[in-house]
Amino acid sequence: MTMHMVPSHIDTSSLTKEETHAWSVLAEVMDPEVPVLSIIDLGIVRAVEVEDADVAVTITPTYTGCPAMDMIRVNIKMEMMAAGFKNVTVKQVLSPAWTTDWMSEAGKEKLKAYGIAAPLVKQQVCHQELFAPDEAIQCPHCDSWHTRRISEFGSTACKALYQCNDCLEPFDYFKCH
Amino acid sequence: MNEYILLHADNTLIIGHRNSEWCGHGPILEQDIAISNISLDLIGQARNFYQYAAQLRNDGSTEDSFAYLRDVREFRNCLLVEQPNGDWAQTILRQFFFSNYQHVLYSELQGSSDLELAAIAEKALKEVTYHLRWSSEWVIRLGDGSGESNERMQKAVANLWSYTGELFMPAPCEKMAAEQKIAPDLLSLKPKWEQRVKEVFAEATLPFPGAGFMHSGGKEGKHTEHLGYILAELQFMQRSYPNAQW
Repeated sequence: MTMHMVPSHIDTSSLTKEETHAWSVLAEVMDPEVPVLSIIDLGIVRAVEVEDADVAVTITPTYTGCPAMDMIRVNIKMEMMAAGFKNVTVKQVLSPAWTTDWMSEAGKEKLKAYGIAAPLVKQQVCHQELFAPDEAIQCPHCDSWHTRRISEFGSTACKALYQCNDCLEPFDYFKCH
Repeated sequence: MNEYILLHADNTLIIGHRNSEWCGHGPILEQDIAISNISLDLIGQARNFYQYAAQLRNDGSTEDSFAYLRDVREFRNCLLVEQPNGDWAQTILRQFFFSNYQHVLYSELQGSSDLELAAIAEKALKEVTYHLRWSSEWVIRLGDGSGESNERMQKAVANLWSYTGELFMPAPCEKMAAEQKIAPDLLSLKPKWEQRVKEVFAEATLPFPGAGFMHSGGKEGKHTEHLGYILAELQFMQRSYPNAQW
């Protein structure tokens, strides 16, 4: 397996063969709402522990109310069992709180190819300034920066709705969080 | 401690449910989506609180039994969150008052000596910041908008202001939590909350109402008549078909 599957906060040199196997299984578990992203691309897998044939996976939600978490939990169990693990536990942690900084570069590329603008590096969602100018977001279809925000809330809690002023296509922007 | 957690669980569940009543009825599609998304965040926070309360109680209680099988008198939410949606102005103002309260509260609660509460607050604070910004902008937009929108905002203030005092009247469980350094002292949060209201109201050209008679009782389980109707809808399935799953 290639090491870019493992998020950067994990020291890959200390991984056992079984743990590496478990990480590679997780790289196949997709986010149900953005099916081009694996849960590792998304940065929500925080830890993996393997003991004999048992595996414990620790995940963190993107947003508090993310309705995909239950499904992700089930999918992790199914994929792990299919890969030969016996007892699979999925734990949820809330702290440290997930941030779009944990999304992998590969994940951001996949988002763009899927038609969703990837989160900017700078944290802008959590500012308090009222009526701030729209963030400059690049259109994932034609690469124009000439875009405008239609709605701060989009098709899912983690996205805002934008439209490109040049190619006129509407698109989702994965909000920086 | 359990009471304290349930108080926050009930607050977030009930206002989340109220907001969800807008789903499909918002004034425009984008705002319909916005208020539904905010609902989702709040109900998600409620789940985190209920799950934690269930874990501590360790008597077979679950997030579902707390939400679906308790009656009005057992709910500890403040009266503000159960007030009817009214028009968009009233919903917006209720959200602004509540998000503002959550913002000052969670900013402190994320440093709680109770690590689980701290984690829930830290996580939720990001979303609450967003809700606060969104609702502040709407209060200003309507207050400083047309004659009619300003009038509706003023009516909303008249309807809701007397329910804001309860947010900062500590219930016994809140006093105890503050003494144990689990939670901040509510009275210390009030000036920050008022400051924010003053700033936003000033920009919205709305008069700041100041001190006056304040309703209370929700935190002791004495609710307005509205909560019963909310629970009737929220709990119908579990009451009529116990243990139903889907």
